[in-house]
Amino acid sequence: MSVLNPSPTGLQPILKPQAHHAPGNFITKYIFSTDHKIIAIQFLFTTLLMMIVGGALALAVRWQLAFPWESMPIVGPWLFAAEGGQISPEFYTMLFTMHATVMIFLVIIPILAGTFGNFLIPLMIGADDMAFPKLNMLSYWFMWPAIACFGLSFTFAGGPAAGWTSYPILADLAQAAPGSGTAQTFWLLGVTFVGFSSMMGSINYMTTIINMRAPGMTFFRMPMTIWGLFITAILQAFALPVLTAGGFMQVTDRLLGTCFFYPSGLVINNAAPTVGGGQALLWQHLFWFYSHPAVYIMLLPVMGMVSDMLSCMCRKPLFGYKPMVISMSAIASLGFIVWGHHMYTSGMNPAVGMAFMVATMMIALPSAVKTFNWTATIWGGKVQFNTVTLNCIGFLSMFIVGGLSGIFMAAVPVDVYFHDTYFIVAHFHYVLFGATLFGVFAAIQFWFPKMFGRMMNEKLGKTHFVLTFIGANGTFFPMHFLGMQGMPRRYADPYLHGYLEHLLPMNQFMTISAIVMGAAQILLFINIFYSMFWGPKAGRNPWNATTLEWTAPSPPPHGNFDVLPVVFHGPNEYAVQNGDHDFLMQTEQECEPPKPAETDENNDTDNEQETSR
Amino acid sequence: MGKGWCLFFLFWPIAAVVSCAMAPWIGWSFPYDNAQAASNLGIRIDGLFYLILVITAIVFVGTQAAIVYALWRGANNREERADCVHGNHKLELVWSIIPGIILLFLAIYQMNIWADFRIKKYYPEVAVKDPIAEVTARQFEWRFRYPAIGKKLQQKPQPDDLHSVNELHVPFGKPVMIQLRSDDVQHSFFLPALRIKQDALPGLQIPVWFEANKPGTYDLVCAELCGWGHYKMKAHVIVQPEDEYQNYLKTLTEQQFYDGLGKIAATENDSESEATEK
Repeated sequence: MSVLNPSPTGLQPILKPQAHHAPGNFITKYIFSTDHKIIAIQFLFTTLLMMIVGGALALAVRWQLAFPWESMPIVGPWLFAAEGGQISPEFYTMLFTMHATVMIFLVIIPILAGTFGNFLIPLMIGADDMAFPKLNMLSYWFMWPAIACFGLSFTFAGGPAAGWTSYPILADLAQAAPGSGTAQTFWLLGVTFVGFSSMMGSINYMTTIINMRAPGMTFFRMPMTIWGLFITAILQAFALPVLTAGGFMQVTDRLLGTCFFYPSGLVINNAAPTVGGGQALLWQHLFWFYSHPAVYIMLLPVMGMVSDMLSCMCRKPLFGYKPMVISMSAIASLGFIVWGHHMYTSGMNPAVGMAFMVATMMIALPSAVKTFNWTATIWGGKVQFNTVTLNCIGFLSMFIVGGLSGIFMAAVPVDVYFHDTYFIVAHFHYVLFGATLFGVFAAIQFWFPKMFGRMMNEKLGKTHFVLTFIGANGTFFPMHFLGMQGMPRRYADPYLHGYLEHLLPMNQFMTISAIVMGAAQILLFINIFYSMFWGPKAGRNPWNATTLEWTAPSPPPHGNFDVLPVVFHGPNEYAVQNGDHDFLMQTEQECEPPKPAETDENNDTDNEQETSR
Repeated sequence: MGKGWCLFFLFWPIAAVVSCAMAPWIGWSFPYDNAQAASNLGIRIDGLFYLILVITAIVFVGTQAAIVYALWRGANNREERADCVHGNHKLELVWSIIPGIILLFLAIYQMNIWADFRIKKYYPEVAVKDPIAEVTARQFEWRFRYPAIGKKLQQKPQPDDLHSVNELHVPFGKPVMIQLRSDDVQHSFFLPALRIKQDALPGLQIPVWFEANKPGTYDLVCAELCGWGHYKMKAHVIVQPEDEYQNYLKTLTEQQFYDGLGKIAATENDSESEATEK
């Protein structure tokens, strides 16, 4: 099935030089590997492992909300023998703090940048490896000190309990809460280590994409996946240092008493800290300056990957390649100036709130453009209903819900009511679970044959998708109603309040859905491990896709390509009307161009084609 | 099987629309009676919410229907190859400009509500002149400090101030303002029934105004994570007619300054506190 077609053009294939850092032994090949593909697989398994941890924490949170103060099944009597197996409020705060931390810092960001960034960037641009292979290795191994710090923070009294946002004063002064002691310091160190890891990755991705593209691979011939990862790397490189600086300031506040974030005159636990003069609002500005762009760091790579996968699975060129690139860049650049919409109720100048509101409203626009373009990509296609497509549609339909509920949040007066209620929780779970993870599931299924040389099981994949989709909607959609009814986030026992008493059955329904969703992930793990060893063997190009990675053997050897690929046109050239197959790989040159100049440098011609159609 | 999947994807938007349409009738909407806000500003906020809900519902139904229809067509596609379309500038201009206009309209439309809500210049004068209480959040309770009857709230606590915990009384039908502060960590003053929310930030004193339009007892909860006891920071705001409110202040004065002999001790301090006021 291989479609390596290097020279219908008459060009001689360029033989690749010997790979420059071929591994010598088991340790350099599989553990301290500098090969981007091995590092990607290391990231994949680490993040999947962390997904189990993060998911278990979420299920514990849901247990408490459905059956408050009842003994937690299986682990309860073992973990909290003293409390009769029930979750204490201190432990509950730690549960959701760590759920968010693990999912964001150890699952979503590393699975996108670490796994897919690493695996796909060199392969899709036709490079033999990353620009800095050793830095790449280091970026993986810096995950482990972070995991160790987060793990250690569990062991101190209460665990970190200030939420993933780590707002001062709660997170800044050790006496503020049981979990604000050493656990919080370790939590901050963990975030710093993750930051280092991401930073090394993003420098590497930017350098590689800018410098190491194959001959002919201009910027506007790069697949959307690469655009998504490239823009994400830029976002990360500019936003992350701010969080790291903020985190460092918080650590010095805690350990050296620098008081950047706490004012004077506080009385905590009947004791007054001796000094002050800081401002709690400063942290929120620093934190959200990173953490709002982080939302796009967790979304843009998926948007890119889904664009490529949808186009392949519908056998149609991506609708509006350039507008897609531009809207992606617009989302990223607007992403830098909208952090204030997390702070409408914070007490910052309300006039600033208005400016942030207008910018936030405008960010909905490129997102809408992308949604319409994806729909138009499906329109008129030959849709192949396999697991990849289903997960992509899952991504799309959940992204629409998450995007639209974002408009409520952008509207300041409405946000004031919804802020810190479950409506917000619904919104970001639709975006981060609904959109991002469905995109990731699709991407795993799509690139699995390239990673391991074998196909994943379709039946298991579809069952996993259906159960996850039902579970996710059952868990997250009712959260909108909880939010409307005014149920605040992070409440261990909302039923204590008269106006929330009636919400118990709804929460129980959501917990059952969450258990279904969690159980469904077992199928994903079975599918991955089974297919890795016993799946049917895949050829070079099992999906009949067009981008460069499919010209390499599956799995690609060290150094990736047997011949250096030369690129002749943009990605996603499907539905080609003449020739023996309906797609044109990027390395293939059209024998006789069906219509005048179909290169994407000349986008105006697209218009004419469209009208003539 | 393709059509089966189309039906699968069709089911969810229908379920979403049906449950949203049912929400107000089965008590899944805003809290309290009739899901209507207990303040005039709150009613305007609800109006804005419903406007956005209608717009987003139309977009939601439209996009989901388009996806399902496109899938349905794609599943039925008997042709050998898909349509070769790279894009359509006119179409893309249309679907960029129309949402752009709608979003800009929404942004401008809500500015008035936000200004009335939070920009100090637009606060009702009555409320600004005479804040009724200082609200201090602390782990894990709400403390209220009213000025003595007939006096104005001072920046610093006065000896004749009235204090209460977890129960704020406010007069009905007129705009009132409170000064919000926090003693320890960050809290958030959340009155769901009135659609009021404002963070209490340590080191800052933030004025918050609201006007309840129907008497009743409303929950006051904390919306910002403030430690392990966050969920039990529970208080009530009791909205009552002016005379009942004045009676309450009197009772509070009596309780607070009752020296066991039937004399109200506060009166002794009157001349002193008047002096400090000036």
